[in-house]
Amino acid sequence: MFTKPVHTRLLYAAILIAALALPWYVPDAYIFQIVTMSLIFAIAVSAMNLIIGFTGQASLAHGAFFGIGAYGVAIMTKAGISFWLALPAAALIAAFIGFFVGLPSLRTRGSYFAIVTLCFGVILWIVAGNWIELTGGHNGIFGIPRPSPIPVPVVGPIEFFTQTPLYYLALAALLLTIFVLRRLVFSVFGLSLMAVRNNEPLADAVGINPFATKLISFVIANFIAGLAGGMYAAIIGAVSPSAAGYMMTFNFLIYLILGGMATLSGPVVGAFAIPIIMEFMQFLGDFRMLIFGALLVFVIIYFPQGFVGGLRQLNQKVAAWRQQ
Amino acid sequence: MELFLQQVFNGIMFGSTYAIVALGLTLVMGILNIPNFAHGHLYMLGGYLLYYFGVTMGLGYWFGLIFSVICLGLVGVLMERFIYRPLNNQPHINAFIAAIGALLFLEALALVVWGPQGLRVPNPHPQIVHFLGMTIGIQRLLVIMGAVALIMALHLFMKKTIMGTTIEAVAQNREGAMLTGINVNRVSAMTFAISAATAAVAASLISPIFMLSPAMGAILGMKAFVIVILGGMGSIPGAILGGYILGLIEALGGGYISAAYKDVFAFGALILILSIKPTGLFGKREV
Repeated sequence: MFTKPVHTRLLYAAILIAALALPWYVPDAYIFQIVTMSLIFAIAVSAMNLIIGFTGQASLAHGAFFGIGAYGVAIMTKAGISFWLALPAAALIAAFIGFFVGLPSLRTRGSYFAIVTLCFGVILWIVAGNWIELTGGHNGIFGIPRPSPIPVPVVGPIEFFTQTPLYYLALAALLLTIFVLRRLVFSVFGLSLMAVRNNEPLADAVGINPFATKLISFVIANFIAGLAGGMYAAIIGAVSPSAAGYMMTFNFLIYLILGGMATLSGPVVGAFAIPIIMEFMQFLGDFRMLIFGALLVFVIIYFPQGFVGGLRQLNQKVAAWRQQ
Repeated sequence: MELFLQQVFNGIMFGSTYAIVALGLTLVMGILNIPNFAHGHLYMLGGYLLYYFGVTMGLGYWFGLIFSVICLGLVGVLMERFIYRPLNNQPHINAFIAAIGALLFLEALALVVWGPQGLRVPNPHPQIVHFLGMTIGIQRLLVIMGAVALIMALHLFMKKTIMGTTIEAVAQNREGAMLTGINVNRVSAMTFAISAATAAVAASLISPIFMLSPAMGAILGMKAFVIVILGGMGSIPGAILGGYILGLIEALGGGYISAAYKDVFAFGALILILSIKPTGLFGKREV
């Protein structure tokens, strides 16, 4: 479980090199922007995976916390605060609000929890569209400044005026997120998350506090979602209520389910593959959501573990066949 | 005073819609334990089917209504058979995620077939009556009357017919109902058909008053969920009462406090109540 076979490691290394070298072989600015956005979405979906996939609590407020981070960074940087200060502050605000939302809502279970969090998400979306003084109403906030340059002693300052440094910023954040989540999931705390997911009364009986465990997971997930939202705002340069809407949550959910719940690589695969597939299916227009809606139903019925989970099953079958 | 009466009238009209939609949802949620999150989108599809049969095919309002109800009932049966029945033995949350898939599908379907712009079903009863200073459209009155008639009919069906009592039997005890020889799968399909058909009635009654749009189901579906949870899973009186109360709260809150934030009241109330009582006001213990 903890150590991967050699060919898997080689695959990961190849993916990492491909990601690092990406600016050299993707010259198209539009595709490049989509890839950068996929990195941001991968961070958010990985966080969603922590609360839905590993803890088993279907939080549908994830888009709302993404939006809190985005609006937080937008409002603070417009007020003249540096991005590097605004980003952690916005993420902390998301975590803080998450704590106070989780406190009542995590007392509910199953679909009740999904509905309560969804209601919170809708309230936040309505507020974002109507509190014109703070959020700019339905038009949102434009002209969010790019991250300020980081001074590096020998090389000179790293500036964020072009797409390439923003891409590396997002990539670094994604790698950091995956690293943190990996340490978290394979720790004792991660095991207790899965214990709560698999059997809450049993977890309670062996001395895990299910409520505290769920709450910590929820707060961490929302912190990371806020972080992703903040970076989204700085990279896109504008936020509107749709960044906090429930459609954002549903998109994350599609990436998560199709990619693979409760696997670390699933959310990344989903967040990359699906926006790019959507781009290539641009000619289909509105038919795309028809396909993805049906696909979501199909996958949850027949492959609840998603693409990565399905691949694993296949791998195990091949291994079993070899041993025979 | 006149403003107040007018708001109350509008509140009762909205409440009628909410009551019927929540009624359909509570049947499915209470009886089959299926969180059919796509219920609001079935309602939306019902409105478009009325448009298709009544306006595009030119059958007129009332035939359009009948065909819309029949077609949506069939859609409900298909949904039960192909989406929810295969998920019977899987964790609850999977059915919820499948429902989100279904609602994305239905919304995209409406978008593809009928386009994003709002459509208007011509009002079959544009006459207006003045009463106690209120301006009352006949179609609005029809929404209220229609809701009452539908609720009565459903009550009689549930209490007086064998089919209705089998539904109730499955709701009370699924295994017990199986032991007495009730075909639970057939009851599930029938419940879905009734649930979807009532959504079609609600949509057909109100669509001559408001524009049809692919997004109209999402918020209404969520409100129906709020009502069902507050009124108690599977409780028909709870759904009806909850629907009317929510309609009145919204109309009065929207009229006197803030129209932009009127949806916040319903969802805020849900969060508040579930945080005090996590299984809903009259909810069963474990769902």
